[in-house]
Amino acid sequence: MLDDFLVRAALASLGVALAAGILGCFVVWRRMAYFGDATAHAALLGVALSLFAQVSVFTGVLFVAVVVALVVSGLARRGASYDSTLGVMAHGSLGVGLLAVSLLPGRAMNPETYLFGDILAVGRTDLGLIWAGVALVTGLILWRWSRLLTATLNPDLAQSSGVNPHRESLVLTMALAVVVAVAIKVVGALLITALLIIPAAAARPLARTPEAMAAIAVALGMTSALGGLRLAWVLDAPAGPSIVCVAVGLFAATTLWGLLRRR
Amino acid sequence: MSLIAAKHLSVAHEGLPVLRDVDLSIDKGEIVTVVGPNGSGKTTLLKALLGAVKPTSGRIERAPGLVIGYVPQKLHVDHSLPMTVRRFLDLPKRAGNAAAQAALDSAGAGDLGARQMSSLSGGQFQRVLLARALLLKPDLLILDEATQGLDPPGSAAFYRRIEEVRDEVGCAVLMVSHELHVVMRASDRVICLNGHVCCEGAPEAVSAAPEYRALFGEGADVMAIYRHEHDHTHDHSHDHSHPDPA
Repeated sequence: MLDDFLVRAALASLGVALAAGILGCFVVWRRMAYFGDATAHAALLGVALSLFAQVSVFTGVLFVAVVVALVVSGLARRGASYDSTLGVMAHGSLGVGLLAVSLLPGRAMNPETYLFGDILAVGRTDLGLIWAGVALVTGLILWRWSRLLTATLNPDLAQSSGVNPHRESLVLTMALAVVVAVAIKVVGALLITALLIIPAAAARPLARTPEAMAAIAVALGMTSALGGLRLAWVLDAPAGPSIVCVAVGLFAATTLWGLLRRR
Repeated sequence: MSLIAAKHLSVAHEGLPVLRDVDLSIDKGEIVTVVGPNGSGKTTLLKALLGAVKPTSGRIERAPGLVIGYVPQKLHVDHSLPMTVRRFLDLPKRAGNAAAQAALDSAGAGDLGARQMSSLSGGQFQRVLLARALLLKPDLLILDEATQGLDPPGSAAFYRRIEEVRDEVGCAVLMVSHELHVVMRASDRVICLNGHVCCEGAPEAVSAAPEYRALFGEGADVMAIYRHEHDHTHDHSHDHSHPDPA
């Protein structure tokens, strides 16, 4: 069954939708969308680095994503302007990454593969890595769910309840780096943030509790993944953007429903 | 023995001293209010007592097993985060339904359990925060400008609620406020802070102290209001008596 590239593509995108749906809720609640962008764009630099250092793309991307995430949160905590720091990091790493890829000696690499993803080329090893990463992130977040939620609500409140808000935000930062590393082949560096925030934002009007929002975000993310693959197949279009388009369609539908219900 | 005490506490923020040599202790069941102008280090003092800010020198002593219930200044719950009041009380530890309802009742928020946090008014929100703090069965309740954004009758009602809670639960209360007259009425002891402790004592003594008048000006004779309000009978009904001002 795993021999079929479409089955592998479906399983890969379902995995990413699961981790991104849950983590994406925190990205939305904590307004970390730009932070996600910075980490994801840095992934391209990781690709270049991995080709240069002869390590797997996954390792290179994970390494650079972790470094960028740590630098950004470190700078932010030292009082640097969060918005502009993120802007510099997001676009700076994208620029440096694209430059590095173009300068790679010998074999030329098509940066589009990593900017937009190449889900139909997901192999068995990729699939294993993706699901290992997804299991890690999902397990981590579920394990610390209450603490993460308390820290998200208010850092002082968390502190007084014995939850270290810095540690929890570090957990989310690391989880984000792992999701970027596993998702880059599925949707590509440019669209990872879309997969994080769109399903979560689409789930908001349908949810009354954080748990419900996460569950609905996962369901909507998975629907987008499968629907997007189908759309890509029918239109002979790239899969990553197709998945994002379906997600946006779902977002529009739930938002409209939320607005209509309110009056 | 006191519940919590600061001994020669100094805190600096980015190299600038915020608190200098502050001594403070809170006993079981007493209501202590910290007053002081903006930037006098009130919030920093509370954070140091909570353990959220590290002292640059001096130390904090806590009674063993001390449970602190913290009511933050103002908490913004983003609309993007769906959260019912009942679910909020489960953070970070799950609360039993009976305990949650009891805490909501004592905080005067008994009917708010099913509401969304982001839809609450300022006063309702503060009562929910109070309920959450009470859920821990605290020995000490710490409130940081808990009535910011409430109108005067609203904050007066909130402080009366705090007094009732103290009488009911027996916890000590430490609060910070700039609403001098409302707060003083409910306090056993007032600490006037401006980077260091300017003066402290019973509300009447503090408001008469020259240090206090220097900080807040002659116009700040809050005890006039205080006395005035106690001269006549209250037109609102509540069934408890004010403690006799010492």
